[in-house]
Amino acid sequence: MKTVNVSLVGVGGQGIILTADMLAKAAALAGYEVKKSEIHGMSQRGGSVTSQVRFGDRVSSPIIQEGRSDILVAFDRLEAVRTAHELAPDGKAVVANVDLVPVTVSSGLQPAVEDLDGRLKAALPNALVVDAMTIAREQVGNERTMNMVLAGALAKLLPLPKECWTEAMHQLLAGRKAKLIPANEKAFELGHASV
Amino acid sequence: MNEETKKPHKVFLSGNEAIAHGAAQAGCRVASAYPGTPSTEILENIAKFKDTINCEWAVNEKVAMETAIGASIGGARSLCAMKHVGLNVAMDPLMTFCYVGATGGFVFVSADDPGMHSSQNEQDNRNLAKFARIPILEPSDSQEAYDMTQAAFEISEKFRVPVMIRMTTRTSHSSSLVDLGDFKPAVRDLIPYVKDIKRTIPVPAFAKGQRLAAQERTETMRAAGEASALNRVEKGDSRLGFVTSAVAYQYVKEIFPEFSILKLGWTNPLPRKLVEDFAKGVERLVVVEELDPFLEDQIKAMGIQVVGHETELNMLELNADRLQNLRHELLGDVPAVTPAKPDATLPTRPPTLCAGCGHRSVFYVLHKLGAIVNGDIGCYTLGAFAPLNAMDSTICMGASINVSAGMKKAGVKGRICSVLGDSTFFHSGLTGALSAYYNGTPVTTVVLDNRITAMTGQQDNPGTGRTLTGDPAPVTEIGEVAKAMGYRRVTTVSADDMQELEKTLAEAMDSGEPALVIAHAPCRIAAKLTKEGLCEVDASVCKACGACFRLGCPAMTRGAEIRKGAYQMKIDPTLCSGCKQCRQVCKFGAIKKVR
Ligand SMILES: Cc1ncc(C[n+]2csc(CCOP(=O)(O)OP(=O)(O)O)c2C)c(N)n1
Repeated sequence: MKTVNVSLVGVGGQGIILTADMLAKAAALAGYEVKKSEIHGMSQRGGSVTSQVRFGDRVSSPIIQEGRSDILVAFDRLEAVRTAHELAPDGKAVVANVDLVPVTVSSGLQPAVEDLDGRLKAALPNALVVDAMTIAREQVGNERTMNMVLAGALAKLLPLPKECWTEAMHQLLAGRKAKLIPANEKAFELGHASV
Repeated sequence: MNEETKKPHKVFLSGNEAIAHGAAQAGCRVASAYPGTPSTEILENIAKFKDTINCEWAVNEKVAMETAIGASIGGARSLCAMKHVGLNVAMDPLMTFCYVGATGGFVFVSADDPGMHSSQNEQDNRNLAKFARIPILEPSDSQEAYDMTQAAFEISEKFRVPVMIRMTTRTSHSSSLVDLGDFKPAVRDLIPYVKDIKRTIPVPAFAKGQRLAAQERTETMRAAGEASALNRVEKGDSRLGFVTSAVAYQYVKEIFPEFSILKLGWTNPLPRKLVEDFAKGVERLVVVEELDPFLEDQIKAMGIQVVGHETELNMLELNADRLQNLRHELLGDVPAVTPAKPDATLPTRPPTLCAGCGHRSVFYVLHKLGAIVNGDIGCYTLGAFAPLNAMDSTICMGASINVSAGMKKAGVKGRICSVLGDSTFFHSGLTGALSAYYNGTPVTTVVLDNRITAMTGQQDNPGTGRTLTGDPAPVTEIGEVAKAMGYRRVTTVSADDMQELEKTLAEAMDSGEPALVIAHAPCRIAAKLTKEGLCEVDASVCKACGACFRLGCPAMTRGAEIRKGAYQMKIDPTLCSGCKQCRQVCKFGAIKKVR
């Protein structure tokens, strides 16, 4: 199989790393070779974050070449526009309908993007926009499961058996976090059904 | 220990986790490190094997290395880890321990940061290992990090030599599948200690012999490297032959998969014969490595022709795109890649001090006092940027105090002070503080005491009361340390009390004597205080004077524009931590604490 490249972008604190871990585990459980990289330093809250996962029969480089991502999962619309060039011409984008205002804008140091709707349409005309935050808040009852809504949507686009995703989630939320599994599973299912 | 490590199947590990597993598997008994990106997780993961590895946070890299040296001389396998600049701090012990030599296997990890993702400089530490005449192993992924860590201990014991594993941000922080084999961390017996001062005390009479021995050892190791499975040829189309190491190998596989490769895992001493033979079997030899032309220069010095190229590969982080450009240049069968320029019309998300961070108030006050501020390395380096604009220099950890001393001695007029964090003070501020006191240099040192090593992700240090393994530890009070040195002017203030802070700092800087001010405020992330309270702005009182915006708190957003260009401040309740700094800055009493 040709290597599949997935870029996950957003803002520190949105659960991007966990989503990338889950994808990587699911791909490994499905029997593929997998590599995962954190592209930007993670520790700072509120900074742009990119995590990349590559899987296939043989994966060499741990990072994706520019413009070669098969799937771009954006947890924020501004970050989607910022990283749109990473998507391959025939790639697919999943974009959360979320706008986290950068501190540089809220404090008036930099102007906000004018017409983000238009910029997003121009940059990623075929993006699947998922109302991930609304689903997480209103249907799951926990905003923090927004990442799992996106994971569910992503799962729909990838050739990985659903059991692998479920197993990956259970492994990642083992132990103290196990009580979070039902909400996360619900969010995943709703995301899966949303695309 | 995590569930998976018990089962002998493939597990998904970062390079740093793989090193920790490799050390545990090799029977490493002692491990010590000072945190530093991208190396920090090595010791954090070794701590999971605390049953077999006696591990700790050292106060700096020299201490970490010397502790591991002691363990090695005592017959134990030992490891220390550091970021690239950490090795600068540990060079002194290394440059002599390489004469003394290891008894128990001694391995240190240097995690370099090509492209400076989170560092103040870029350095290729292979040069330093070559300088010390010691072996270098360069893993290209997590499996190799696991395997080579074990191999490193073997090599170290066999040749009685310290061994460097060179990681990079990419190999440390990328994850891939690792076959752990029969993973059984176990305590390894000590090699019995035998006193041997001819070896362990390199006075000139002994050191001369050791200098010669180090030279001979290089040749024996080179011969071993020639035959080692860590270096291998992957035969392919011989029109091009690549000599490569570390993660660069993965990029070569990605972009030049059909060609012959000499994959070097053990790069120092360079296996010359292997290179020579490989070169003979290919039409054109290309060397691809990350950062300095370390292999390339040595290969050229052997008189072997290496393909020169226009592509500037020997700095910043390597990647497949840059190799595609090399392929475009050498073969012309792929298009060149022009990296997309960041879209300057999009607002950025730069790192900022967290809402409620106690560092912020100190910089606000120092700026107000018009001081020259010599800074140091930590979260607080962010105090240099707008709107705080309160730092004049940052050189390396611990430099702040001495740079101020130098300025004072040079006769620079005005208020001068040094600012450093608690972890940095313990790391290398102590010596500067003592030197300034001893020489009577009237330096004011401000320790931003947030009781954690925050920048690298909240590690414990001598001020936190906990060890690496989470066990209780005694607490060292920096004020008491300064008093014991003899400092008469030692003041502790809460960083949350800006009036007191201003008074104390002004007095200290104007006192004409060495002074130490501890600005205390726990790191809100480490102390879990991020949502301790909440403040609100009364829009009927706020005059939009803009004073609070000069704090640059991420919880402050622009409210209504009440005059042209003058915005009221509004507090984002999801970010506000209730620290009250903005309340103290507001002259009109418009900001109230509501919770
Ligand atoms: C020689 C060296 N070792 C390690 C580092 C990595 N490093 C950068 S900042 C920092 C810790 C800073 O902690 P502290 O002084 O307590 O300041 P804080 O980040 O908590 O404000 C470390 C370990 C470095 N830059 N240089």
